[in-house]
Amino acid sequence: MTAAWRAHKKGAYFANPCFTQIHPTCIPVSGDYQSKLTLMSESLRNDGRIWVPKNPNDTRPPNQIPEEERDYYLERMYPSFANLVPRDVASRAAKRMVDAGYGVGPLKNGVYLDFKTAIERLGRSVIEQRYGNLFDMYENIAGENPYEVPMRIYPAVHYTMGGLWVDYNLMSNLPGLFVLGEANFSDHGANRLGASALMQGLADGYFILPTTIAGDLAPQLNTPVPSTDSPAFREAEEGVREQINRLLSIKGSRSVDSFHRELGKLMWDYCGMARNAEGLKHARQRIAELREEFWKDVKVLGEGESLNQSLEKAGRVADFFELAELMCQDALHREESCGGHFREEYQTPDGEAQRDDEHFAYVAAWEYCGPGKDAKLHKEDLVFEYVHPTQRSYK
Amino acid sequence: MSTLNLTLKVWRQAGPNDPGRFEVYEANGINEDMSFLEMLDVVNERLIAENKEPIAFDHDCREGICGSCGMVINGVPHGPKKLTTTCQLHMRNFKDGDTIVVEPWRATAFPVIKDLVVDRSAFDKIIQAGGYITAPTGAARDANSILIPKQIADQAFDAAACIGCGACVAACPNGAAQLFTAAKIAHLNLLPQGQPERWSRTVAMVDTMEEYFGSCTNYAECEAVCPKGISIEFIAKMNRDYLKAKFKDRRAVVKVDMTEAAG
Ligand SMILES: Cc1cc2nc3c(=O)[nH]c(=O)nc-3n(C[C@H](O)[C@H](O)[C@H](O)COP(=O)(O)OP(=O)(O)OC[C@H]3O[C@@H](n4cnc5c(N)ncnc54)[C@H](O)[C@@H]3O)c2cc1C
Ligand code: SF4
Ligand code: FES
Repeated sequence: MTAAWRAHKKGAYFANPCFTQIHPTCIPVSGDYQSKLTLMSESLRNDGRIWVPKNPNDTRPPNQIPEEERDYYLERMYPSFANLVPRDVASRAAKRMVDAGYGVGPLKNGVYLDFKTAIERLGRSVIEQRYGNLFDMYENIAGENPYEVPMRIYPAVHYTMGGLWVDYNLMSNLPGLFVLGEANFSDHGANRLGASALMQGLADGYFILPTTIAGDLAPQLNTPVPSTDSPAFREAEEGVREQINRLLSIKGSRSVDSFHRELGKLMWDYCGMARNAEGLKHARQRIAELREEFWKDVKVLGEGESLNQSLEKAGRVADFFELAELMCQDALHREESCGGHFREEYQTPDGEAQRDDEHFAYVAAWEYCGPGKDAKLHKEDLVFEYVHPTQRSYK
Repeated sequence: MSTLNLTLKVWRQAGPNDPGRFEVYEANGINEDMSFLEMLDVVNERLIAENKEPIAFDHDCREGICGSCGMVINGVPHGPKKLTTTCQLHMRNFKDGDTIVVEPWRATAFPVIKDLVVDRSAFDKIIQAGGYITAPTGAARDANSILIPKQIADQAFDAAACIGCGACVAACPNGAAQLFTAAKIAHLNLLPQGQPERWSRTVAMVDTMEEYFGSCTNYAECEAVCPKGISIEFIAKMNRDYLKAKFKDRRAVVKVDMTEAAG
């Protein structure tokens, strides 16, 4: 993130930041001390069945809830794809269940992912071979044995699918700045599919860049590399030094982590799995206020001359504020629901994403315009010559 | 859910040249579902509130896959739970009232940078010496055009599970890096793609290892603490490949001499 964001602030466009990958199979939150949520591989949905009790007040342990009192809601709502509907659909369905009071677990913040049928059908050893390491990981974290008790899962935010804008040669709008892999926006469109992120890194690095960068480098053969005395280098160095000194001299009252957590909560609440205009406007305002508070009141102890992890974190969180603001701006401007961007105002009568291709079939590439200022929108139209977008249905 | 009151004795060292010392912190009200690192996060937030510098420790993925974390907990690298990295060690493995001693990896090849953070770049030197294959980029072959028997693939995978954390070195009375190096060599030497550079790789990596680390005298302490269960059988494999490589090397030299004699 740091490198991409610095490039953005120096003029590289940042594209599609509002498309957020939500991961449906995460271990639910257990306390506010948690440093991260653990994502488990989605392959679990190949054999696990997702359900909640039909009675929201059912307090029985899952194994004592009889079949007819369980709601396998994905199988019910999406009979043809059932537990294998795409991430965003599975995630929103789980959120709807939990929001409606059907959540399970001590904090009522999850749904069951049950392997009982699969174990009966395939035998425990097959399940062990397929998912043994994931089951061990779950048991270690949740303290429950998923061979015997259904897992509890809940969606969590994984990443923004956005990144620096690039052309088909992987060059950004800044001549000579190439961006590969996760740092660019190029391959995912509005929805990141399983394994596609890793694939993108490999495809960009093995196949695309080796052929495209040569054309840019060849004419520059024998051009000397600018020295560290050059004005551009000096300016960059001075900028870094200034930021470090500024962070260290604030000597405020709140730790970096406390800001990071508050920002994360704001994004989860207002720019997460489902967004609406009112919430996004509120979030933008709150983030701007929080950013200002950060620059007045953050407490970073220690010095800048040796390893200082709070200082390092402060630099990252400073970037996160700005990225968060851009995500909200993009989410607010995209008045449609599409892939990893679900606007509550734009849905079909049965709660599915409602795209608006007429007005929004474009990449939104944002140009940085200075601290606290709105970014400027550049549109790259999406032209579909062979395969045309349609309304999807997993029913 | 129950909470624990703990006493921590933590190694604090401002920098490489500071002699360092233990400091004692009371860590009260620790939730047993926290990981060890989350417990340290909580302690650090409390230290910051008291205007004391937080304890520096390495971490990244916090899910046992990157190898960044690692500290010696009550004398054992990565702590009391087998096959578990520090980040995946949960506080339910400790008892209310426990005193926990936390130290950095102690090994000559891993100098302390600050508190619990050590410099593991000696591992990078070993990897740089040969822990890769020099495949030309260009048109890719079909994924299934190189068949690998399952048994071999499984073994290579077991070796590739090494996350480079350095616990093996920290546990070794000699500060040797045999387990790490053996895993990295085996992972490539077992697979068809690793064959062209097999012998030069083995020699280069072993020689580099010996430059930085102590020598192995078969204590097997490394295997006992390895969070990824890397087996010391890989060390035997590495030694065999090293001997073979040296032998091949000599033959190559002899051959050159013969040609010269003939010419
Ligand atoms: C927990 C987790 C689970 C995931 N699961 C999946 C999955 O199941 N399937 C899937 O397809 N994808 C998954 N992903 C995503 C996928 O792993 C990443 O998209 C992919 O690895 C990105 O590769 P990359 O080469 O683009 O970037 P990275 O691997 O992030 O490489 C960037 C490199 O740049 C270096 N760097 C940064 N700044 C500088 C600088 N200033 N100077 C020099 N070097 C610098 C970094 O050290 C790093 O080595 C997962 C990611 C995470 C974190
Ligand atoms: S062999 Fe085990 S202990 Fe050693 S570096 Fe690899 S994973 Fe860590
Ligand atoms: S932090 Fe990555 S293995 Fe522990």
